[in-house]
Amino acid sequence: MSLSSHTRRAIGFAAAVALTLAASAVFASTQLTGAGSTFDYPFFSKAFYEYSQQRSDVTVNYQSIGSGGGIQQFIAKTVDFGASDVPMNAEELKLAQGPVLQVPVTLGGAAIGYNLPGIEKGLRLTRQLIAEIFLGRVTKWNDPAIMKLNSGMKLPDMPITVVHRSDGSGTTYIFTDFLSSVSPAWKQKVGTGKSVQWPVGLGGKGNEGVAGQVRQTPGAIGYIELAYVLENEMTYAQVENKGGKFVYPSIETVADAAATKPNVSATEFSIVDATGANSYPISGYSWVMLYQKPSDASRAKLVKQTLEWLVTKGQSVAKSVDYVPLPDNVQKQALKVIAQMQA
Amino acid sequence: MADTDERNTGGHFGFAIAPGMTAGNPALKTIVEPRAEPVRLRLPRAPRGTGFDLCVYGATSAFLLLVVGLFIELLWSSRLSISTFGLSFLWTSEWNPVTNQFGALPFIYGTIVSSAIAILLAGVVGVLAGAFLAEFCPQRMSGPLSFVIELLAAVPSVVYGLWGLFILAPVMRDYVDPFLQHYLGFLPIFSGTIYGVGMLTAGVLLAIMIVPTVTAISRDVMAAIPQTQREAIWALGATRWQSFQMVVLPGSRAGVFGACILALGRALGETIATTMVIGNRPAIAASLFAPGYSISSVIANEFTEATTQVYLSALIELGLLLFIISVVINALARVLLWTVFRPMEG
Repeated sequence: MSLSSHTRRAIGFAAAVALTLAASAVFASTQLTGAGSTFDYPFFSKAFYEYSQQRSDVTVNYQSIGSGGGIQQFIAKTVDFGASDVPMNAEELKLAQGPVLQVPVTLGGAAIGYNLPGIEKGLRLTRQLIAEIFLGRVTKWNDPAIMKLNSGMKLPDMPITVVHRSDGSGTTYIFTDFLSSVSPAWKQKVGTGKSVQWPVGLGGKGNEGVAGQVRQTPGAIGYIELAYVLENEMTYAQVENKGGKFVYPSIETVADAAATKPNVSATEFSIVDATGANSYPISGYSWVMLYQKPSDASRAKLVKQTLEWLVTKGQSVAKSVDYVPLPDNVQKQALKVIAQMQA
Repeated sequence: MADTDERNTGGHFGFAIAPGMTAGNPALKTIVEPRAEPVRLRLPRAPRGTGFDLCVYGATSAFLLLVVGLFIELLWSSRLSISTFGLSFLWTSEWNPVTNQFGALPFIYGTIVSSAIAILLAGVVGVLAGAFLAEFCPQRMSGPLSFVIELLAAVPSVVYGLWGLFILAPVMRDYVDPFLQHYLGFLPIFSGTIYGVGMLTAGVLLAIMIVPTVTAISRDVMAAIPQTQREAIWALGATRWQSFQMVVLPGSRAGVFGACILALGRALGETIATTMVIGNRPAIAASLFAPGYSISSVIANEFTEATTQVYLSALIELGLLLFIISVVINALARVLLWTVFRPMEG
């Protein structure tokens, strides 16, 4: 017996409706949304995945649209939390619809990558020398200042091609913050920011752009996010820290720099040029912003619990993606800030 | 005989063949229409429903409203930047997000120069390639060759950008630029440090991207020249090259020009491919080897992280400028095409 086409269509429609209802029953959990920093994305995507494995009632959807975009969405209250490499400034806080809490969630550092044919990893650079190179004052690789530090290496007579970020980024902020604190000339001429007016150099889009440009151009030097450099096994320099020791950027050295400032806050957040013996001088935090008095109480409770997990148990995920976990004292500080949330 | 000439053989891009080309053919008119004025057929007005009217007029007005709305939105969002910098925005070279001083000159310069290099190279290569495909290519090769060239247009721009960064830039840096500097280094445009990425590389990459457009349209325009015109001049003893020179080129001049303008429009707005090879440096330099910056590149690069209101507004004002430049160039092209076509009618 064959059914008429009309009947067949009716059955098909009913089946589709039934399936949809069944499917929607599965998605009964709450989906929290966050947006912002692209730097945080690899860490967040793994951490939130682990979190949703542990809790069936919460999933977190994070969109890496850039720190600026994250702050704007947070101000507009289209997301539950925002993420940014630089905390919100006074102008942005004024625009926010209510008091804002800013929590440090992870750490990063900027490694100095370079491309010198024949030269292995480990070129030594002092902080002032990096500033001079990026100011365009030191223009050749066989400059006496560089040769003095690296007597064991045969440096070629090549011009230095500086590569920086063309897009606004938290990595640029950390790097220019570092340059401003070690070089008064840089501070006066250029300053600190997510985008600055670079005195010399080519711009690459994203960490990939800078890394690609450096890899392509013999004689190039550029600053690249630590996680990226480690994952892609690039050649990077040892930087002299405030204590006079030449350190490689690594999870340990960046964490060391962070530990020197346990009372980090959204107004006092700079950890560049830190004093610790093993500190890497070009390090910085990444932040998540929350409303202190959110309107939706049940959602707010879930956001609070998620953030509490992120800054404590979630930090164990960081190392597996080459991100730097928060030191214990900073974790406690972060928990104190989250506790202020009224949820 | 009249059929072949009245049929519109316009090509794959739907480029409209100008009415003057076929209907205004003087040789034909004496055979088919001995009258002075071309006959205008009055078709009986077919009954249309109001629904159809609504759809047709509605779609057109919706589109027009969209474009006008876009312009108004751009103008409105850039009012902060306009009020802060005024007209001097157009000739200031400074782009400093830290001190919030912005000026559009390096970007306007970069956009225009990279597009100019692109259309210069692509125009020459594209028109010649189109001419080859339309006139001189053996019939069997013409189809496959055209297909391959049109495939080039289907490659996404980001793929072109990657190719440009990893293949083209090193080739330019190691072979082309030193060659140019060796022989033409006395010219300021070929002096200075060679990085591989820069204005010239961006221009070359853009040229490669817009060549398929120019080639395809030129080929279609030239193929649409009625065969009778070619036969007429052959009958007078012209060679293949002479017929091309004297019949095809003049007849297709307007269409070829339109093709170049269309391609220029694409080059002006090209974002991701440009930003990967132009060097992203907001500075004006005499040398073509130096890095530059285009309007679309700076917007794509800095928009998501622009934190202050005036920064955002300055970027939107740059978008408004690009909108105006594109519209002006296209309008100029249309006016020129119109003046070229007018003598051909009647």
